[in-house]
Amino acid sequence: MTVHTHTNVVREVPEVVFRRVRVRSRRTWSWRWAMHIIVIAFIVSWFVPILALLVTSLRTQSDAAATGWWTAFVNPLFTTYNYQLALEQVGVTESLATSLAIAIPTTVLTTVLSVVGAYALTRMRFAGRTIFSLALVALLVTPPQVTLVPLLKVYHAVGLSGTIPGIWLYQVGFTLPFGIFLIRGFIASIPGELFESASIDGASQLRIFRSIVIPLALPVMASLAIMQFLWSWNDLLIPLIFLGGSDLASPITVQVAGLAQQTTQGQGPLMAATVLSVAIPLILVIALQRYFVRGVLGGAVKG
Amino acid sequence: MNLMSNVPLLIIVGAIAIPIVVYLLLGVGERMVALLPTRLQRSSRPWVWLALPLVLVVLILLYPLISTVITSFLNADSSQGVGFENFIWAFQGTMLDVIGNNLVWLIVFPIATLVLSVLAAVFFDKVKYEKVAITLIILPTAISFTAGSVIWTQMYSYQPEGTTQIGTFNALLTALVPGAKPVPWLQTPFINNLALILIAVWLSLGVATLILSAAVKNVASELLEAARLDGAGEWRVFRSITLPTILPAVLVVLTTEIIAALKVFDIVYVMTNGNYNTDVIANRMYNELFAANNLGHASAIAVILLVAALPVVFINVFQFRSEARA
Repeated sequence: MTVHTHTNVVREVPEVVFRRVRVRSRRTWSWRWAMHIIVIAFIVSWFVPILALLVTSLRTQSDAAATGWWTAFVNPLFTTYNYQLALEQVGVTESLATSLAIAIPTTVLTTVLSVVGAYALTRMRFAGRTIFSLALVALLVTPPQVTLVPLLKVYHAVGLSGTIPGIWLYQVGFTLPFGIFLIRGFIASIPGELFESASIDGASQLRIFRSIVIPLALPVMASLAIMQFLWSWNDLLIPLIFLGGSDLASPITVQVAGLAQQTTQGQGPLMAATVLSVAIPLILVIALQRYFVRGVLGGAVKG
Repeated sequence: MNLMSNVPLLIIVGAIAIPIVVYLLLGVGERMVALLPTRLQRSSRPWVWLALPLVLVVLILLYPLISTVITSFLNADSSQGVGFENFIWAFQGTMLDVIGNNLVWLIVFPIATLVLSVLAAVFFDKVKYEKVAITLIILPTAISFTAGSVIWTQMYSYQPEGTTQIGTFNALLTALVPGAKPVPWLQTPFINNLALILIAVWLSLGVATLILSAAVKNVASELLEAARLDGAGEWRVFRSITLPTILPAVLVVLTTEIIAALKVFDIVYVMTNGNYNTDVIANRMYNELFAANNLGHASAIAVILLVAALPVVFINVFQFRSEARA
């Protein structure tokens, strides 16, 4: 009896497996195609707007006004005239310089102060440490609008409005909770023995900070730096509000927004200015993708 | 040459000189701590290190936050208290349309971004060219909302019926659908809100996909294989195994996009400046602040934004505490 059932099972198994594999492979085949079509549809639709921008920035004004950007592939007629206009007449060169004068110091200062704050918050014991950490997390999502009215008054009163350092101050202060939060998690993961043995050897806090914390935290500092550079470079609201009346050219976002709202310059220079405004951040994200991805994930897991 | 308009000098001061000063200040602080009795050293040292970050956060975030709440109960030039008048104004007349638009943003933007990023994360995970796909999809995250808006004018451009359509969408629409009329995407109420939201989705999908992609990679592959061998379809596998595992990441993406939808400004400011019934709270606040010069109204709007963001604050704090305990 047992033997009989056993042979029965043995005889049946291959058939079942065979049938299942056949069904699966047929299903997998159409499934694979659907999958590739979806992924490629994503890639294409996400890239087409960028392609349209690049193409339009290289077309003549009359072409761009008469036909769609895709016609440039049928009868190509390209010119760099829009870029000449943007750089020489519209003042994009000066705008790019202003944006750099804002974004580079903001990035460096945010990174430095975030490491300092995160070090104190993770490696030193003091009353209210937990409250501080919770306050940081709470401040992570404060809408910038909440700060504008009082700060506008303060900036006017102390002469910071219309100045670049005023923008540094705002962007650094506003991103510090995020920066400290991001780096804090990383410093907390450094084994405590490292710090203990260093202080037994007589190293001062500053020495430990300089020769243990900074070198180990460099990758996460790079992540924070690239994110802060992007935020600072891409920010429109803060320079729009605090940089009015400056004798410097407006930063590139304000410049592009201004060009987009007035129609006198035409599409050509606007598109060229836009390409120039996205060139630096795009190159950064592609070149430092690893750090960018880590920053996004490090800030997101708990934020 | 004035310091405030000399770009190289500004960069040297901000990126090199100030960090050196910060370092020196830390040194001075440590020296002073060393002079204290040993017991006081432990308790005072953290403040040397926290002083600068703390001053900045209090100045830029904490003080303005409290001050805005107070100003929201004062009149246009903050000379007189007006009770809840600013808030009553904020829920009347044209403000209702503005709040309605923000609600559309609050619902459509997070959900659209979430659905698309889950799709992207799950499908990209299955192809060999995942890296290329991810790189392409995070490109727009490097682009400012301002530039992104300009880029999308190419998509939404509208010409009257019968003339050559130079906007991508209208060209596709009139070429593919016989008899279809071109749509003025940015001028047609409600459709224009969706059109603006699509720009934000395009700009934000990369970050959302990165977060979800990392979560999808954490799903145990043996579990997936076992389920498939048992004959579970892909949809079933996704629903019963993948989705529960990536749920925390889904929450992160949702809260991030909700905050982004609340404070959206750039896209509306650049594309329509609030015309054709597309105005949102943040753009209205900008106008109250600069065009109308009404600090009371502007502050009340800011407080509404803050209150709307509070649930996300609580979720974050709660999650942080439970993770810190674990």
